[in-house]
Amino acid sequence: MSAVLFFIAAICAIIGAIGVVTLRNPLYAVLALVCHLISLAALFLLLRAEFVAAAQVVVYAGAVMVLYVFVVAYVGGGDEVAAGSSLRILGPMFAVALAIELFIAMLGTGLSGIKGHGAAYKLGFGDPEHIGKLFLTDYLFAFEVASLLLLVAAIGAIVLARRRRGLEEEGRDLTELLATPRPSYTGTIAEGAGVRRVREQLEQVHGGATELLTPEEKA
Amino acid sequence: MALGWYLAVSVLIFCIGAGGVLVRRNPLVVLLCLELMLNAGNLALVTFARMHGSEAGQIFALIVMVVAACEVTVGLGLIVAISRRNLPVDVDELHELNG
Repeated sequence: MSAVLFFIAAICAIIGAIGVVTLRNPLYAVLALVCHLISLAALFLLLRAEFVAAAQVVVYAGAVMVLYVFVVAYVGGGDEVAAGSSLRILGPMFAVALAIELFIAMLGTGLSGIKGHGAAYKLGFGDPEHIGKLFLTDYLFAFEVASLLLLVAAIGAIVLARRRRGLEEEGRDLTELLATPRPSYTGTIAEGAGVRRVREQLEQVHGGATELLTPEEKA
Repeated sequence: MALGWYLAVSVLIFCIGAGGVLVRRNPLVVLLCLELMLNAGNLALVTFARMHGSEAGQIFALIVMVVAACEVTVGLGLIVAISRRNLPVDVDELHELNG
């Protein structure tokens, strides 16, 4: 029985993972990830990690995925154009190589428990009572650091995504932003990286009319 | 089921996620693939907790979930900020820091 459940959950998890990587529309990718997370929660239950499974469904498949769906709806998840970069071929090759390496490491390991069915089951293993007790005794420091990290992340997200004044005039795209005349040598990253590239882009937009002027030349 | 099977599933999910991070160009999907990798790590941790009969691995998995939630919040904040400025939501186009 547990073997049947394991294979159903594992196959669903892997199909969900493949769906996340291959589906073109980000919204469908998010839905595939929800399927993946719920099957993973079933695997956690099979491993007798009840509290982790519950947290997985409530926190991950519930809260975090809703956040994703909101952002996909806000950004407007259009289909992405097929990339022409070399990573298109190198990425899957790297993944396959990593899989082969990890399987070799797993098969060649000296861990005796890998063929067994785990340690003897104790009553209450992995239930909220035990986890909570451990969090407030042995792992108190990790618990406190985690809460601090959540606070920092919440403040960081607010600071990053807040609405700033004067930065969002209607309908300016990247080329217009690049072409907007600005005082030369004001220390932008693009200038630091290569003034020439900026100049070329400006000339493309303005048909060669724009020149980067130093303040002396302007005067 | 022998515990090696769980580790095999974890390895497969991790590699799918790693390939996805390299191949996809939409930062949203890159974040989703990072989630896949973190979840594969979680599955391995819970498997090891079962193997040793101690709950330390499960505690670790919960902390990893906290870190993943933080990463998602900050990453999605960045994506919202990018789309506010009408910049393209594409990791190949955003190369201002690339010298």
